[in-house]
Amino acid sequence: MNIQIEISNQPLNVQSCIDWVMTPQSGGINVFIGTVRDATKGKTVIRLEFEAYEPMAIKEMKKIANEAFSKWPIQKLLIHHRTGVLEVGEVPVVIAVSCAHRDAAFDACRYVIDTLKQTVPIWKKEIFEDGEVWVAAHP
Amino acid sequence: MNVNVLAFGIAKDIFGGSSVEVELPENGTTQSLKLSLEERYPRLKHLVSYMVAVNNEYATDESLLTERDEIAIIPPVSGG
Repeated sequence: MNIQIEISNQPLNVQSCIDWVMTPQSGGINVFIGTVRDATKGKTVIRLEFEAYEPMAIKEMKKIANEAFSKWPIQKLLIHHRTGVLEVGEVPVVIAVSCAHRDAAFDACRYVIDTLKQTVPIWKKEIFEDGEVWVAAHP
Repeated sequence: MNVNVLAFGIAKDIFGGSSVEVELPENGTTQSLKLSLEERYPRLKHLVSYMVAVNNEYATDESLLTERDEIAIIPPVSGG
């Protein structure tokens, strides 16, 4: 199996994601690590809360992975997304892609995170000192 | 027929729970579901947009719904 998609409420392990996509035929591994930032539009973020519609999120991430495989020569591709409460500096998502050559690895990794952000039913809520906001819900 | 609609993200806040029951005519469409929900929960109309998912697939307004479908409101996504 050369695609691994997981949703977990436990801290993600970036090294094991890298280890999983490594193959003898890979010349490069591209990794995207999403991290929780401490501010949004100048306002201090205390923490984020992530929620997923898990069966559909897995299905949509698999579609993205399969699409990536059809567009680029990929060895292995992994998407791990975390749910629950995340503090600043924690990691909500890891995407790892291995390819024989780096161009495809860079492009495929970018494609996966960009598309995930558009189609996968996962939501994050920003918690501020004076309230909370579901990101992108309102204009 | 009575359909059960799952809510996620801000939709849970809007519905006041993680699911709601909606009464629709037989052969109700996604569009009729949206109209019924928007009438009952006007805050839905203030969202940038939202989708309806049926059995874990994004649905179109014309999709026909049945009581056995798993239906969910998908507010603007913000994963990653």
